Amino acid sequence: MEIVHVYTKLRGEFGRQCLFSDRPAELMVDIPADPSLALQFIQKTPRDQALQACRDMSEHQVNTERFESESCGINHVQGGWPKDVDPEEMEQTIRFRKKVEKDESYVNSILQLGSVMEHCIRQNNAVDIYQEYFEKEEEVEESQEPPSAKTINIFRDPNEVKRTVTGLSWHPDCGRKLAAAYSCLDFQKTNKDMSLDSYIWDVENPNRPEMTLKPASPLVCLDYNPKDSHTLVGGSYNGQIAYWDTRRGSQPVELSSLEQSHRDPVYKIIWLQSKTGTDAFSASTDGQVLWWDVRKLNEPTERLVLDPGREGNLDRALGAISLEFEPTMPTKFMVGTEQGVVVSCNRKAKTPSEKIVCTYDGHHGPVYALQRNPFFPKNFLTVGDWTARIWSEDIKESSIMWTKYQMSYLMDACWSPVRPSVFFTVKTDGVLDVWDVLFKQNEPTLRLKVCDKALYSLRVQDNGRLVACGSKQGEATLLEICSGLSTIQKNEKSLLAAMFERETKREKILEARQREIRLKERSRSEQSREEEAGRGDGEESPDQLIARAEKDFYSLVETELRRREDETQQEKGVCEEKEVKDEAETSETLQ
Amino acid sequence: MFLCCSLRSFGCSAEVEETLKRIQGQKGVQGIIIVNSEGIPIKTTLDNSSTVQYAGLIHQLVMKARSTIRDMDPQNDLTFLRVRSKKNEIMIAPDKDYFLIVIQNPSD
Repeated sequence: MEIVHVYTKLRGEFGRQCLFSDRPAELMVDIPADPSLALQFIQKTPRDQALQACRDMSEHQVNTERFESESCGINHVQGGWPKDVDPEEMEQTIRFRKKVEKDESYVNSILQLGSVMEHCIRQNNAVDIYQEYFEKEEEVEESQEPPSAKTINIFRDPNEVKRTVTGLSWHPDCGRKLAAAYSCLDFQKTNKDMSLDSYIWDVENPNRPEMTLKPASPLVCLDYNPKDSHTLVGGSYNGQIAYWDTRRGSQPVELSSLEQSHRDPVYKIIWLQSKTGTDAFSASTDGQVLWWDVRKLNEPTERLVLDPGREGNLDRALGAISLEFEPTMPTKFMVGTEQGVVVSCNRKAKTPSEKIVCTYDGHHGPVYALQRNPFFPKNFLTVGDWTARIWSEDIKESSIMWTKYQMSYLMDACWSPVRPSVFFTVKTDGVLDVWDVLFKQNEPTLRLKVCDKALYSLRVQDNGRLVACGSKQGEATLLEICSGLSTIQKNEKSLLAAMFERETKREKILEARQREIRLKERSRSEQSREEEAGRGDGEESPDQLIARAEKDFYSLVETELRRREDETQQEKGVCEEKEVKDEAETSETLQ
Repeated sequence: MFLCCSLRSFGCSAEVEETLKRIQGQKGVQGIIIVNSEGIPIKTTLDNSSTVQYAGLIHQLVMKARSTIRDMDPQNDLTFLRVRSKKNEIMIAPDKDYFLIVIQNPSD
């Protein structure tokens, strides 16, 4: 539709100045709304669009190399010449020197000094007054400095919603990189916005992770391949295993199929020593230990059910929470379970029932960490409930050494790779303890408060000086231990071997005694049972025991309830009496 | 009188030479330097660069040592300074205006 406005002007009035005047508004055109046009548009509920006209900014992070400074002195030479003598001119200096030599005081002083000097020279030649008399004695080097550790770096989770650092793994060559697995282990408390990523950090750069790993479900544990430092394998919260190659990017190269994986979060995954270098095995609280070949992750190569009855019954299986594998003993491995039992297994057994060799029962709660001593593989360290225990493989009844009950739960532990008697533990009150068994057994040698939140994981680097620990708030802290705790002392190995032997012997003797006592009791009870042959069954099955316990419990509860009712009745009665008495009194006083 | 003095000084200068030669001849002596109070090496048996280095550094050391002794007890004064190192021993005999520095390696 055309909009036209017409106005007329006399020719004679062209060029005249314009005289403007006000006029009320006129409606020129009215275009009614056409709802059919609205169908061509998609309605978007009110949107907030922010605009800003400003310069483009970009953010960069810079971390400078450590600046090394040194202070040194400067030698100032050729000073002191008198003004008329030029030090460069040979003639002038020689002339000056000759003049000085002719001076009388020079001669006198030199003669005198010369005699003194000769005396000392002769003395030197006669006897070596600085001779070392006790050179042959061994130097007793006692590091008097108290043990200490300092924080080098803190790597924080860059996401808004902080997750727990549940797994840590050092890069196998010289430990310049640290891989950390982040997940939230609280039951059903995972935030919807929680990011699934895990990161690889460069030790020198705490500002930004060097690489991100993007699994399908948050990673609970991960491990660098000791043979090939570019590959990593990780176990995730939904039970799947993922395999990464850092050269190929953040997405996993392969992911195990959901049906064949674990049914519970994978708590530990470790690479195996094999010819191909592609084998790994994983453990989870669904009671299974699975072996994988990372080239074919769609199904595990082997399966083991942790049934203490050795029948492969999944219902009675113990949930596995930690794994242990020592490359020097490739056929044996150990599993720590949620029930507090450590199961030692042999991979090469012929029948599945023989795979589980023996069990060690010692903790009241889940065995969160399990590791053999790198110098004494027969002894291993377990951590669970509020203690840390050292075991010997031969003694199955109890641990040979244990710490006293700590104030908070111990979550992870590991031996120092350089000192056989040192191990580290982390607790839920944010404290990292360093224990030196040869120095002090009842207390940690060094106690460090790393952060306020609980510490969940711990890994020592192969040089024994750097320790990384991860907390519930997603902070991975890197600490450097003092040299006293990370350099092996003289005789340490032999002293520790002697200590372990002594404790093992003690436990063996105790075990033998226990067995004797039990035998005696059994023979006695058998005799007594023969006498009371008519009396009914001596042993009750577990169900009957449970039923009896329930009955006892309920009767106790009922008697308690009845007692309480009686008490309240009595009190009410007393109150009523009292009220009646009060009323009577008040009525009396009123009257 | 004049002749006598000059003869004496001439003769004494020869004595100085003799003393220095004697010292040089002792077992283990590596070098001798005579430095005046300004730090200028007057006589030396070592090469120029070492001489200059020794003169400059030891001069400062002697000044410091002397002031240390005198600060502790103004009546006291430095008579001799021995600096023993792994490789040799530097002996310094200080005087009011000159020092005599001898570097010896007691090889026993």
